[in-house]
Amino acid sequence: MSERTIGTAGPRGQQRTVAQRDARFGQLLLAPTLLVVVVVVVLPILWTFVLAFQDLRVIDLRRKGIFGSFTLDNFAAVFTSPGFWTALRTTLLFSVVGTIGSIGVGLIASLALRRGFPGRTFVRASMLLPYVAPVVAVTFVWQTMLNPQFGIVNAVGTSVLGWDDPVAFLSQRSTPVSVFGLEIDVPVALLTVMAFEIWRYFPFAFLFLTARISALPGDLEEAAVVDGATVSQRFRYVVFPQLLPTIALLAVLRFIFTFNEFDDIYLLTGGAAGTQVASVRVYDLLTARGDIGAASAQALVLAGVLVVLLAVYFRFVGRPTEADT
Amino acid sequence: MSTRPWTRDRIENVVFGVLRWVVIAVLVLATLLPFYYMIILSVRRLDEVVQRPGLLWPGSFDLSTYVSVLASPDAGGQGFVVFLRNSAVIALLTVVFTLLAAIPGAYAISRLEFFGRRQVSTLFLAVYLFPAILLAVPLFVFFSAVGLRGSRVGLLVVYVAQTVPLSIYMLRNYFETVPVSLEEAAAIDGASRWTIMRRISLPLAMPAVVSNALYVFMIAWNEFLFALLFLAEDRPRWTVSLGLAQLAGSIEIPTTVLMAGSVLLTLPIIVLFFLTERLLVEGLTSGAEKG
Repeated sequence: MSERTIGTAGPRGQQRTVAQRDARFGQLLLAPTLLVVVVVVVLPILWTFVLAFQDLRVIDLRRKGIFGSFTLDNFAAVFTSPGFWTALRTTLLFSVVGTIGSIGVGLIASLALRRGFPGRTFVRASMLLPYVAPVVAVTFVWQTMLNPQFGIVNAVGTSVLGWDDPVAFLSQRSTPVSVFGLEIDVPVALLTVMAFEIWRYFPFAFLFLTARISALPGDLEEAAVVDGATVSQRFRYVVFPQLLPTIALLAVLRFIFTFNEFDDIYLLTGGAAGTQVASVRVYDLLTARGDIGAASAQALVLAGVLVVLLAVYFRFVGRPTEADT
Repeated sequence: MSTRPWTRDRIENVVFGVLRWVVIAVLVLATLLPFYYMIILSVRRLDEVVQRPGLLWPGSFDLSTYVSVLASPDAGGQGFVVFLRNSAVIALLTVVFTLLAAIPGAYAISRLEFFGRRQVSTLFLAVYLFPAILLAVPLFVFFSAVGLRGSRVGLLVVYVAQTVPLSIYMLRNYFETVPVSLEEAAAIDGASRWTIMRRISLPLAMPAVVSNALYVFMIAWNEFLFALLFLAEDRPRWTVSLGLAQLAGSIEIPTTVLMAGSVLLTLPIIVLFFLTERLLVEGLTSGAEKG
């Protein structure tokens, strides 16, 4: 550590002063950041707990002030409303499919681009576009492409692929599809937002897996080639085990972010047609109904469910080590 | 030609060799097609789009969509010039304030031993992973109660608070790669901590600072939820993201005009990204290689 070595330059008394001065300086340097984070993030979150126990509506804000009497009604309302359980199920389904899908596609992409070819730099960069582009722009393009009247997907579907009718991808709750004579209800809008989620976030997994793959030591794989291992065997027994820590970390990160996702679904469907996830429900409670207490309670329950799920995950899969982060 | 037997190894090499190119082609198509479609649609006429929806090249060429989307509402346009300016101002200010707080903060966490250092690191990671919607409720209520909703200063503070933790995390990794011996040499020459940070560590960390600045700019430029909550009722203050989202539901505005708006929203980000792609990727994944 630098401060200790610096300290040895002087006598013992000075050593302590250097360390003390460093400590004071460190706290001073962090003070502005800490102040902003505490005021804008920590205090508001603590305040959410207070709000969740009050009967408070947006229209009363100016008149009643922000401190009313305490009540448990909000939590009771959250747990007894059928909308909450539906939203929770949708959120879980969306998160699991979105997480597995984006990591799976990201892994396939990073493996396909592993060996060099002319134009790889450009292809790699374009893989990241869905992730860096503004969410409002890409959701708008998807909406337009999937539009039943003049979207290109339905134009190709009806004229080339022989669909009977255009599909309302973003506003149709479900449609019966017969598979081997069985009628199955397919949740159209939910599958579409899942596809969007995978499209937009596979670059995130791709980025981290590519970095990891390019840092893999080559000698293990060379030894496997000498031993006669095929491509798939080398992946299964040599490459994949070395990627597992990265995949485990990505799974946690992607699950957290997908579970909290708001923008994508709000912009694509507004939460209609069976796509209302928990965060969109919080927004609706807050703005459409102006029910602050219910929105706070719902948001806290959402965070609580996430914490419980993560605790279970860490309990059974193990905590990512310091080296992974 | 070859008399080699069809062993499993040979079959797999052929299959995966072909599959690799199929995957690359599908991925390139899937990632680039929406952006290509965006540009094409922004220069077509709406009636022609409705007549030939499957067309993948401009059947008509009409740049008046851009004039229409940029012009002020008084001149019959959508006022995107103002939105672009709003977005640029707030994104640049976010970058400035975030870096002013994050550079000293990251230096302190990576180099100085002090009480509470670990706790602060954990707090920042938690803030980064925190659901934005949970934060949105109390901030919305607070800003409404004190009558600050619609204030761009409020939005700026929220953006800075959300980007600083991530920024410190990215910069900290980089500061740690700067050799300690350089700082020691300066310390022996009598330089203070402040001088060491400014004259030695900061110049060496410049690549990380630049990539970090770009990342923060992108986050602020693309941000939607808080802009929606704070500024939705105040059209002259809309950012481009908010403006496009608010107008997208309207049936009076032709889709081609809005598509021009969405090109204007995306273009700065894509240009910035391709100019600095390598720097940005290194900054984002620093630490991931260590596995």
